[in-house]
Amino acid sequence: MEVKLSVQRCHPDARPASWWQDYTVDVPEHATVLDALLAVRDDQDETLTLRCSCRSHICGSCTMRINGRSTLGCKTKLDAARARLREGEPIRIQPAGNMAVIKDLAVNLEGFFDKVKAVTPYLQPTGPEPEREYIVPNEAMLTVREAMACILCGACVSACNSLEAEPRFLGPAALAKAWRFTEDPRDGRDAERLEFLSSVPGGIWDCTHCFACVEVCPKDVRPMERILELRRRSMEAGFTDNNGSRHSQAFLDTISRSGRLDETRVAMRSVRGPSELLEWTPVGVKSFLRGKVPLRHKPIPGALRVKAIFAAAEAQGRRDSKRGAR
Amino acid sequence: MNVAYYPGCVAKGGAPELYRSVKLILEPLGITPTELFDAACTGAGVLTERNPLLADALNGRTFAMAEKRGMPIMTICSTCTGTMLACNERLQDAGYRGRVNELLAPEKYEYQGTTQIKHLLWILVEGVGLERVRALVRRPLSGLRVAPFYGCYLVRPSALVSADHPDRDTYLEQLVAALGGEPVEYESARKCCGFPVITMNRDAGLRMTGRNIEDAKSHGADVMVTPCPLCHLNLDGQQHEAARALGVPLGVPILHLPQLIGLAFGFTPRQLGMSHHLVRPGAVLERYAESATV
Ligand code: SF4
Ligand code: SF4
Ligand code: FES
Repeated sequence: MEVKLSVQRCHPDARPASWWQDYTVDVPEHATVLDALLAVRDDQDETLTLRCSCRSHICGSCTMRINGRSTLGCKTKLDAARARLREGEPIRIQPAGNMAVIKDLAVNLEGFFDKVKAVTPYLQPTGPEPEREYIVPNEAMLTVREAMACILCGACVSACNSLEAEPRFLGPAALAKAWRFTEDPRDGRDAERLEFLSSVPGGIWDCTHCFACVEVCPKDVRPMERILELRRRSMEAGFTDNNGSRHSQAFLDTISRSGRLDETRVAMRSVRGPSELLEWTPVGVKSFLRGKVPLRHKPIPGALRVKAIFAAAEAQGRRDSKRGAR
Repeated sequence: MNVAYYPGCVAKGGAPELYRSVKLILEPLGITPTELFDAACTGAGVLTERNPLLADALNGRTFAMAEKRGMPIMTICSTCTGTMLACNERLQDAGYRGRVNELLAPEKYEYQGTTQIKHLLWILVEGVGLERVRALVRRPLSGLRVAPFYGCYLVRPSALVSADHPDRDTYLEQLVAALGGEPVEYESARKCCGFPVITMNRDAGLRMTGRNIEDAKSHGADVMVTPCPLCHLNLDGQQHEAARALGVPLGVPILHLPQLIGLAFGFTPRQLGMSHHLVRPGAVLERYAESATV
């Protein structure tokens, strides 16, 4: 079967440094995008640079963007890649995002691994060492295992909306890794880990909740959900001197009081002191003048009943997290 | 079509123009809303992050109200929609639903798990039909280049949003075309607006907002349209600051989805509450109106 590919080439020494190149290859019906690219490299253009090894979504090296979506070339069948294209439209291939391109589809992974290293990605047991191996109940490892499935392919990092705007952000892969160790019963450094993750610039509060990592992860690690859980656990552990926790608390408070969100109050209570509040003043004043700041925040009729649900759910929620059933 | 209308907090707070313009367009579209005045905030994901049981109870309560009336819930906010879809998914588990129903018992609500949640945009395309929308256009948006901006939760996670409707991530383009406008294709249409981090990392939030608008503008957009009032708070409300942070001029009016529809249906910008916007759409719309009359 004949397929058209349009590949974003890149060579830092060339001028222009980046250009689109079209290829047409003949590959079997069941082939993957990676197969097609390898066919191009083998038969047409040996200057095309790309990474791959296992060809069966295990090694995590063939991450690229296919029609704008970050994914593994070896896990994407040509059929799927063409499903939503117009007649004759080529499959668009680009290098992974949020990482500097070395050449063509090969990107620099140093920053990616630096961030993984920054979360201390190994067990730190505390207390007396057992005489033999650490024994862990099976159930305790079931959830941990979901994040252990990560193959460090960087697809999530490639797609992360926060990283585009905040290069310091540790990012979905590293934070999912961090979660995996806070969740492991053998690890004894939860508190230190949570303190670090909630206070370091680019920590858990910089995730913008865009779901891109959940959407693209080929191993269903669901990094965003891990990050949200790290936030919850860090607040429970008392690491609340940050705008994220303040925002969360203010949010909770306004809904428990009136059943509805009071944006103005939440914004004002989320910032750290008067200097930050000052940054918000121009927008606040303009919004007020345009009639966007309600003078009175009206509770819903059933506000008191909602408050009762809050109390009951909070009591149960606390019991849940004590039992470790999150 | 009868719907249980859930306007959400922002339409009744920081974006009164949204609430007002929805009111104007529903009647011609044949949608009869029963507003759920007693429904609580969805928690916008923040409550879920703190305590999923609490978020599921508040939303289960809302779902039960709609279920009792035998109507689907109509939302007008991407974030409300996404939060509700996730809660509703968890509430499909009968055992867990029982736990939530216990919390709702004092008010005699009992959710059976049958309520459907639909954003206005989905109702327009899947229920009303774009043919009918097209027939209602009095003043086609001819010549107006409109950049759609979805808001994360109207497109992700696709497993929740589009399992049964794979084209939901193209509805805005389809709608703009049905209204006679020109949909602008650009990369940022399905990205995050930056709102969720604006109080935590203001610089990053502003950069996200600014770059999205810049992208739309560089692809020729006259205006952007969003089905999410939280995106609007950032794209419109923070646009001036975002332009300053990036050091580029922006000045792209941001319309709420019902405002765009309202314009095409012949309502005036004033009727649609556009004087509330921080980036005034006046000049652009006048230019478009002039070209429309030629
Ligand atoms: S949800 Fe958070 S971590 Fe995941 S891609 Fe979006 S911003 Fe990045
Ligand atoms: S979390 Fe998923 S997408 Fe991210 S690096 Fe691991 S396997 Fe790849
Ligand atoms: S080649 Fe190993 S994951 Fe694709």
